[in-house]
Amino acid sequence: MSVRRLDPNQPDSFAFTAENVEWAKKQIAKYPEGKQASAVIPLLWRAQEQHDGWLPEPAIRYVAEMLGMDYIRVLEVATFYTMFNLSPVGEHFVQLCGTTPCWLRGADDLKEVCRKHIGPEGKVSADGKFSWMEVECLGACVNAPMVQINADFFEDLDASSFERVLNDLREGREVKPGPQSERHASEPEGGLTSLTTVGDPQTGGGD
Amino acid sequence: MPKLTVDGIEVEVEAGATLLQACEEAGAEIPRFCYHERLSIAGNCRMCLVEVEKSPKPVASCAMPAGDGMVVSTKSEQVKRAREGVMEFLLINHPLDCPICDQGGECDLQDQSMAYGVDGSRFHENKRAVEEKYMGPLVKTVMTRCIHCTRCIRFSQEVAGVPELGAIGRGEDMEITTYLEHALTSELSANVVDLCPVGALTFRPFAYTARPWELKKTESIDVMDAVGSNIRVDARGPEVMRILPRLNDDVNEEWISDKTRFVWDGLKMQRLDTPFVRINGRLQPATWEEAFAAIAARLKDVDGSRIAAIAGDLACAESMKALKDLYTSLGCTSIDCRQDGAKLDASNRGAYLFNTTIAGIEEADAILLVGTDPRKEAAIINARILKRARQKDVEGGLKVGVIGPRNDLTYDYDYIGAGPQSLKDLGSFGDVLKNAARPMIVIGQGALTRKDGAAVLAEALALAKSVGAITDEWNGFNVLHTAAARVAGLDLGLVPGEGGRDVEGILEGASSGEIEVVHLLGADEIDMNRLGKAFVIYQGTHGDAGAHRADVILPGAAYTEKNATWVNTEGRVQLGRRAVFPPGSAREDWAILRALSGVLGKTLPYDDLDAIRAAMEADAPHFAMSDVIAPVTEMPSLPQGELDAAPFETPVRDFFMTNPVARASAVMAECSAGRAAAARIQAAE
Repeated sequence: MSVRRLDPNQPDSFAFTAENVEWAKKQIAKYPEGKQASAVIPLLWRAQEQHDGWLPEPAIRYVAEMLGMDYIRVLEVATFYTMFNLSPVGEHFVQLCGTTPCWLRGADDLKEVCRKHIGPEGKVSADGKFSWMEVECLGACVNAPMVQINADFFEDLDASSFERVLNDLREGREVKPGPQSERHASEPEGGLTSLTTVGDPQTGGGD
Repeated sequence: MPKLTVDGIEVEVEAGATLLQACEEAGAEIPRFCYHERLSIAGNCRMCLVEVEKSPKPVASCAMPAGDGMVVSTKSEQVKRAREGVMEFLLINHPLDCPICDQGGECDLQDQSMAYGVDGSRFHENKRAVEEKYMGPLVKTVMTRCIHCTRCIRFSQEVAGVPELGAIGRGEDMEITTYLEHALTSELSANVVDLCPVGALTFRPFAYTARPWELKKTESIDVMDAVGSNIRVDARGPEVMRILPRLNDDVNEEWISDKTRFVWDGLKMQRLDTPFVRINGRLQPATWEEAFAAIAARLKDVDGSRIAAIAGDLACAESMKALKDLYTSLGCTSIDCRQDGAKLDASNRGAYLFNTTIAGIEEADAILLVGTDPRKEAAIINARILKRARQKDVEGGLKVGVIGPRNDLTYDYDYIGAGPQSLKDLGSFGDVLKNAARPMIVIGQGALTRKDGAAVLAEALALAKSVGAITDEWNGFNVLHTAAARVAGLDLGLVPGEGGRDVEGILEGASSGEIEVVHLLGADEIDMNRLGKAFVIYQGTHGDAGAHRADVILPGAAYTEKNATWVNTEGRVQLGRRAVFPPGSAREDWAILRALSGVLGKTLPYDDLDAIRAAMEADAPHFAMSDVIAPVTEMPSLPQGELDAAPFETPVRDFFMTNPVARASAVMAECSAGRAAAARIQAAE
């Protein structure tokens, strides 16, 4: 983690689309009168989604006004949570897990791939397609190492499979989220070693 | 009422008290950085750790309610080690720049590190450095020193009511800032510097000018508004170096407004330090004898009815007493202390005091503000109203109604109307006032300086009576003054006597030539062009409007330069004390008038401060009691009059420029310009 600042280049204004305004109203209505501020995180998140994956300064003011909050209070939230990107991100935003399990399983190799194929951390690649950042545990340790690209997890990566994923994305080809190795979900590699037969539901038995 | 034992001493504290308060009750000193009695509890500095029996770990005493039967130790080895650990963490990122830090010598962290600091550091990594944050012309930041106690954030939200400070980022990267680093806009903003336990926030105008141990501290009274905030004037030699608040729960608690605090450079600029006499159209420096002789020559054979005297906003009670006695002895009855033309009636104190008292605001359940913007006119009182609005024990919340200017007061209010007609038709707020157990009506000078001021006052008083705001236990009728001198002036009867003229009459008389001599005691807010050909004696401190028009200037002492009596808007008599001597040959104002009286052959019967104070007590007995408010026993009935339709306006258009001292101050000018620029930007958007 490092000091997070608003991007020096900001759009002039921000406003939710009509659809998002409707959605925001529903979110706000979930909370009792006087507690509208509770909706700040979902609204900021939606603003980030609408604004190509990063949160501009006018959006902070927009959300603050929508919720009757002081600007500084919303800025606090936006700078506290690292999932709010305060600077532009690539079309495919790679969040690379560098926490111990992924690191032990080769996250450093993946970082090298990112540096080679995308560029320095936090910078959008020249074609605008990619940017990457190292994050803390994303909760998929059983399939370490892994990255999250936009909303999808790509797991059981190694340098070559990760390069393939990135290339496919760059070329606009279909990619398959989930484990990039042979295994299914988080089952053992090389097939099941236990629970190989279905037990009798009456006795609960099995092996 | 839990009973507990602290260091072997048994104490009983109120239910809901914290362990920290219980420890203090038992006489134990608890170090703290984030905890502050007047702010909400944060519990994030961890310095107040104490050991509680049966608790496996030390507990933060500021955030732990005192429980019955607790056995607390504040001096055990475990406590000492725990606090030393906390201190070590706090010092990890704190720079060792005490020698160049303005907080040095009055720094909580410095003091506590004497008790709990270790002599070496085990931290070999880089210390963090934080970018400076701009917070305006008053508050200087050195954010690397910040220990994240969040007192400033809580103050701006809870006391100032302008939530503009916040903590961005998190963990080691947490930083205190305003939104996009705009300047603080609260009138109370610099109090965050007092609250800052380290040198992260310091006074920009005071930067690198003095060390606290070089300063002579004098407890005095502020005159920038009519609140009478208790202040401490820090001086070095002949110079006032800074002004700090002093604790008084009944008046300003421990806050002062930015104007009160930073006006000190105005005390050094534009000062009148020698008498002047106008010779051939030009003001020439003169001796006191020459100045007095010029006055005596002009006053000779002038009838009392052709003389007038006006007392200004910063005149002390002693000088007004001397002014009144001197001019009365000359047969003059055109004496007025209401230079703004407020239609106040001096005959009954109840009709011109803030009767509820400032502390009494905390008992009110509905407040009607008439023709006043308390945030600008009396920021401290506005903070008290906000405090009441934030208290939870008012059923349905404090109701505030406003008739007059529609400004941001930092709390919610019902807007009723712009002008006096709304007093007659309050709409639904009328019921709010009627149903309130302790309603308050606050009438400002904006409602009283109009032509129909007397009628508005009468209407407001009648309203107070009709809604039950005046009972045996509760007096909810309040006049909010803007001038520190006003109440004392009214108490001493500086209003036109028989056949006398008020300020408007004096100005008319001066224009038409019926008034030949006008003595201005620090009166700068009148229209000097209307003084016509009159001979003007200006007695005051600054080369402001009055001095420019004057024919004779008598240099007086500013409020920090004399022992003087002040009466605040509540009617509270308070004594200010001299911190420094007046510059040059300037003298205390009452003494100037006493000396002038001798030259005029009407020697005033008092030779020292005790004697003039005795004379004041003879006029108004409550001057004998300082720091208390003489009770108002009876409220008058005022004659009703015709109400005008014009909307009310606040008399304080520019918060930073309300008197000659503030107008002379470069800091106030910078604040005023900054505020005006911000307003322009806002208007452009």
